Amino acid sequence: MHVPDGFLDAPTSIATGVVAAAGVGLALRKARTELDDRTAPMAGLVAAFVFAGQMINFPVGAGTSGHLLGGALAAVLVGPWTAMLCISVVLLVQGLFMADGGLTALGTNITLMAIVGVVVGYGVFRLALGVLPRRPGSVPLAAAAGALVSVPAAASVFSLLFAIGGTADIAPAKVLTAMVGWHLVIGIGEAVITGLVVSAVIASRPDLVRGARGYAGRRSHLQSEGVGA
Amino acid sequence: MRNRRFLLAGLLVALLVAGVGSYYASSHPDGLEYVAGKTGFIDSQDEPVDTGSPFADYSTKGVDDERLSGGLAGVAGVLLTLVIGGGLFWVLRRRDGSAGDVAPAEPPVPADAD
Repeated sequence: MHVPDGFLDAPTSIATGVVAAAGVGLALRKARTELDDRTAPMAGLVAAFVFAGQMINFPVGAGTSGHLLGGALAAVLVGPWTAMLCISVVLLVQGLFMADGGLTALGTNITLMAIVGVVVGYGVFRLALGVLPRRPGSVPLAAAAGALVSVPAAASVFSLLFAIGGTADIAPAKVLTAMVGWHLVIGIGEAVITGLVVSAVIASRPDLVRGARGYAGRRSHLQSEGVGA
Repeated sequence: MRNRRFLLAGLLVALLVAGVGSYYASSHPDGLEYVAGKTGFIDSQDEPVDTGSPFADYSTKGVDDERLSGGLAGVAGVLLTLVIGGGLFWVLRRRDGSAGDVAPAEPPVPADAD
């Protein structure tokens, strides 16, 4: 969903730049509560893993593909504030080094994937966790639910931005329908990857999954081991 | 699995996904590109700015072999993300050993509490 330069006009790109700067600024302060000697390296790994995951485009039919956005995944693993920073770093590396996503569109991409993706993905994760039975197996399911909703949510916000400041004269409803339709399908892929990765990490190191706190059985034993490592 | 081993295993997976797996990824346009093409605003995009990076478009300048070129760019991207992200998180981390509700490993420094 990387928006290139030119899709949105300058005022809209400046506005999303301000939103992105405010979001990242807040995340920089709040992430501190989620990061310590043990979780900071894990957060770096999560950012690197999301970069790798975003390279794997999976086909979704009719000559279209999608790839992981990673907002819900990162939020469940390392907490929402740190997740915003993880996705922002990924987008920065992609924009600066890979020519993926425009530079004037960096604020737009951070807004869509690092802010909307994380806020919606994590919000739905918490809601789903509250509804599902209280056992470890519910965590990957709730993470998948968050992931599923986060993708069409980001696509909807792009469509809204396009309606406000798109440089091409296209009916906004047409863009919204197509964007949400395709990204619902891509969201299924996002949900599957997120659910599988979260359950794999829970299987080996439940204490490193921030969203699984209070859910994983062998938590205290593994935590004392983790602190000593 | 101890911390260091878990982190190394995770990094190895990320490097394999980006360095090897990415070759097998779908080359179809992604959802946004596809919609832009279908609804007719794909031409409103500008050429990407040349930042002088040797890894533009996930290929490595001067490496002709497609598999190697893409794989190297993927590995470079993972390592750049790890260094920038990991460095940022290491600087931001709390030094009293407590993140949220984890029991502190050492007594928290009172001046550090916020």
